[in-house]
Amino acid sequence: MKRRTALKIAAATLVASSLAIGTAQAGDTVKIGAVAPKTGPLAGGSTVTHWPNIKLWVHQVNARGGLKLKSGQKKIELIEYDDQTNPGVHIKAAQRLATQDKVDFIIAPYGTGFNLASAPIYAKHGYPQIAVSAISDKIPELTKRYPGIFFTLGSTTDFAGSVAKILAKMKADGKMGGRVAMVNVADAFGIELAETARPIFEKAGLEIVYDKSYPLGTQDLSPIMKGVKAAKPDAFVAWSYPPDTFGLTKQAVTQNLDVKAYYTAVATCFPAFSKVFGKAANGILGAGGVDPTTPEMMAYRKAHKEVTGKVADYWASANTYASLQILEQAIEGVGEADRKKVTQYIKDNTFKTIMGDIKFENQVSYKYWTVGQWQDGVFYGVDSRNMPNAKSVNLKTGWK
Amino acid sequence: MDILITGLLLGGTYTLIAMGLNLQYGVARIMNLANGEMLVAGAFAAFWTYTAGQVSPILAILFVAPLAFVANWLIYRILLMPLIRRAKNQGQLEVDSILATFGMGFAFVGIMIATFGADYFSYDYLGQGVLIIGNTFALNRIVAFAAAVFICGLLYAWLYWSRPGTAVRAVAVNPQAAGLVGINVRKISALAFALGGSLTAVGGSLISTFLTLDASIGVLFTMKALIIVIMGGVGDVRGVIVAALILGLAETTVATLIDPGLTLAAAYFIFILVLLFRPQGLFGRPTS
Repeated sequence: MKRRTALKIAAATLVASSLAIGTAQAGDTVKIGAVAPKTGPLAGGSTVTHWPNIKLWVHQVNARGGLKLKSGQKKIELIEYDDQTNPGVHIKAAQRLATQDKVDFIIAPYGTGFNLASAPIYAKHGYPQIAVSAISDKIPELTKRYPGIFFTLGSTTDFAGSVAKILAKMKADGKMGGRVAMVNVADAFGIELAETARPIFEKAGLEIVYDKSYPLGTQDLSPIMKGVKAAKPDAFVAWSYPPDTFGLTKQAVTQNLDVKAYYTAVATCFPAFSKVFGKAANGILGAGGVDPTTPEMMAYRKAHKEVTGKVADYWASANTYASLQILEQAIEGVGEADRKKVTQYIKDNTFKTIMGDIKFENQVSYKYWTVGQWQDGVFYGVDSRNMPNAKSVNLKTGWK
Repeated sequence: MDILITGLLLGGTYTLIAMGLNLQYGVARIMNLANGEMLVAGAFAAFWTYTAGQVSPILAILFVAPLAFVANWLIYRILLMPLIRRAKNQGQLEVDSILATFGMGFAFVGIMIATFGADYFSYDYLGQGVLIIGNTFALNRIVAFAAAVFICGLLYAWLYWSRPGTAVRAVAVNPQAAGLVGINVRKISALAFALGGSLTAVGGSLISTFLTLDASIGVLFTMKALIIVIMGGVGDVRGVIVAALILGLAETTVATLIDPGLTLAAAYFIFILVLLFRPQGLFGRPTS
């Protein structure tokens, strides 16, 4: 037994020392850390939207020789940690990246809660945090408190407002009545959106005829869809997460829910969504959207498929990649891995990204899609803030 | 009526989730916390055969079941046998098996992520509605319910009218005494564990036709299965069925009549009531 323990320790030290040599040799790189879910409830989303874009970006930068700094070109060395969708684990991992791995930059986390929870750590170590998947109405307070945080995907008011705008317009055009059934997942994201949406919908002249929440991980959503159907709405809105986005829509198909507008939030934009629902997806509205027709976006989607083997989603994938482009251009613009200067550079300059030119005002970029719609197998952006080329909204006509 | 049918369908789903764990815990005394992962693995198998080869998930069961049986038998023989040999009493085995299977759950999640990725997987199979007494129900749920009834019936018949089934029940009641009358307790335990795992995987295959899953979602099902097994009484097939149906009906009633947000609260409320007034479970025998 004793000998075995000794052996184990010997083996462990051997592995540890070889690792130490490995990192020591790689000194001539820019070290970039990334912490996000690879397991746990948010892993399904981050493996579609977050990780593939990091992989693509690092691959592309290194393929062209690395980041161009004053001291010459340096390749990116990526250090990844799984936060298990657990904020405690996330903060520990971020702390480790900062103090032990001593990375030069950290890619912003995945998920609203994680971006907010880890902001103090990133601020403490002076890392710029270009948050993508963080939708909140607390943005003004947060940017005031944390000088290195940037927001790129919008606020809850924008998202609820866009949905209200689209529905109100359909009502004004005489295409449908104003009865809206609204459901939300009982989680920070769903609750905040539902609370924001209620007054906005009423102001827009819409009548909420069904308003219920359901717990995360509900296995049978059919009572909800039956309740919705019984309320005879003209439009259906769900502030939902991926499993329930799929679950609700499956129920809507089964129950043949007769509405003129059907909206589900997160994951509606996933390529898997249209794969599952095929023609039934046609006309479904969802959070996000892109304009897949610009040359930059077409090149990006092609590269994404080639490098990661997956089709990019039709929303935050592009925003995530754009945030990495901003980081890349800021580091190269400064010419050194100086976090303070890079943060200042991000505040002062305009960046060329696949989503067009992005400039931050008070650490917020106001260029993003808010609502998209499946139209013949592509999820086009139909409403946005400051994005050109929005498609017009179609009526939902049946599930066949 | 609508509530009744929806509740029964959901109860059928819950039976599929919990039946395997009941066998594993009731007979083999392994509190298998990796139960949910086995379910997700079964679901993955069905998803994969459906998307890759357009093979119906119902047919997929034909190979999922024996495969899961062998895999679980191996898990029992290789990974759990050392714990069983070492355990001085039942309590120690339960504690050890909880820790071991908890760890195994993580390993399974890792393996599934490595092989399939962490994406959500979902497909549309028999999603069309069926009209029953003026209400529409999804066909895939009805199929899953029918399968649950069929599986439970088969299991019940096997347990009560066959020799090995009787031996399984004997081990569930008292492993020591079962050994004394010439039953090979370890062999029967291995059989029960493998059968339990196989049932769970089959349940997963059926559930994948209507639920959207991902590699790390297993723990949710483990929790549900635990509640049902404890509510129904450990080691009793009838208990699981009754508990699953009660849970399904209660959740549907609350969701339809009061508020969908309170389904979890209702489930746990019933669980607490059972624990307070019948701590051994609905069909359980009082422990001495």
